[in-house]
Amino acid sequence: MRIVEHPILDFKRGRLVRFTFEGRELEGFEGEPIAAALHAAGVRVLRRSAKLHRPRGFFCAIGNCSSCLMVVDGVPNVRVCVEKLRPGIRVERQEGHGELK
Amino acid sequence: MRSVEIAVVGAGPAGLSAALSAAGQGASVAIVERDEHLGGQLIKQTHKFFGSSRQEAGTRGMVIAGRLSEAVRGNAGIDVRLGSTVLGYYSDRVLYLEEPDRLSKLKAERTIFATGAAERMLTFGNNDRPGVYGAGAVQTLMNVHGVRPGRRVLMVGAGNIGLIVSYQLMQAGEEVAAIVEAAPRIGGYLVHAAKVRRAGVPIRTGYTVKEAVGEESVEGAVIWRLDEKWRPVPGTEERIDCDVICLATGLSPLTELMWQAGCRMAFVPELGGHVPWHDDDLRTSVEDIYVAGDASGVEEASAAMVGGRIAGLAAARSLGHSEGVEERLAEARRELAALRAGPTGEKIRRGLERLQQGGEGR
Repeated sequence: MRIVEHPILDFKRGRLVRFTFEGRELEGFEGEPIAAALHAAGVRVLRRSAKLHRPRGFFCAIGNCSSCLMVVDGVPNVRVCVEKLRPGIRVERQEGHGELK
Repeated sequence: MRSVEIAVVGAGPAGLSAALSAAGQGASVAIVERDEHLGGQLIKQTHKFFGSSRQEAGTRGMVIAGRLSEAVRGNAGIDVRLGSTVLGYYSDRVLYLEEPDRLSKLKAERTIFATGAAERMLTFGNNDRPGVYGAGAVQTLMNVHGVRPGRRVLMVGAGNIGLIVSYQLMQAGEEVAAIVEAAPRIGGYLVHAAKVRRAGVPIRTGYTVKEAVGEESVEGAVIWRLDEKWRPVPGTEERIDCDVICLATGLSPLTELMWQAGCRMAFVPELGGHVPWHDDDLRTSVEDIYVAGDASGVEEASAAMVGGRIAGLAAARSLGHSEGVEERLAEARRELAALRAGPTGEKIRRGLERLQQGGEGR
């Protein structure tokens, strides 16, 4: 669901890089938020809540609301709406509060 | 410890304007921004602004962001700190910062909090489902990152943000199923409403969302009608086919740091909730702390820019940088009064009056 043509905007995108989501290989543009790359790939469920295990996704896009916390390269509670995509990162859905190893 | 005369927290329209006006008076300024870019939420505003030419009317918000950012970067008197979050304010005028690679302290004789606002949630069933997004978030996703939020959107709220974002969604190739508005009237400017209506989007006033449908993410929405006392009417439910529910239901000022710093706060619904009490100079009850932009009361970017200028000028003046400051302050105050004149400024005028009385419940 990338926007290819837009009447006003011309998107300057980084180079195309690969990363993994739940073990699956995906592509995105380097430097864009991880959440944008996931969204473009059709991934909307980013974590599950701690008590009721409800699916949660993207909500505020500015690193304010904590709805989009994921595990990135083993580090939990990463706000993927503002964390930039780097080549080769490992992105996983977070279950509950996450665990620091 | 580094020290500076004026620290500005937040690099949106208010913060950038504050930094420029303070530095213009000769004050040394640091601007601290948690994000990696200058311009705040202006960078996703693809629409042209209203107001007078002094506030860049007719110019797209993202272009204004570019101009302000360039001016700040080109000003040797302004130290720009991106990717830096202010964690707290100490009463001896020290800000505690989380920078990309370290924790640090910054001594500032005056601090201007221009921390902006956050989008409001709305209470309805399954409102935590992925696919329920803030309108600002949708703008960021599509206008900054070039990704569509879904395929068919239900917009909640027919204020200016709801109307403008609906139009922007269509520009991005998205379908807008409908706009629901709980109030009996469209809140935004009619020129925006006419634009989306011409494109065939129904605006359903007196309706709200009952629940989001879908187990893992949004697959639809149920809306229902509200009576004249804003109570939902059972039996009026309708199913809307959509995979995104976009909330344009208002903003709340981000005031955590000012609560922590001990500023006297007041609850003023017209200004978006709790805001710090402040005078005409945008000075709070803590004399070294100023506030500007949405954090002082939710308004719009033009007013935020003028408010930022006032806070920057007043803070600089309080440190003795007073050359020509009175004329500039008077001019900015005139501009702000003009922006708030007329029927569209009625709410904000009432809110500011209420603020001076101490807010609700006092």
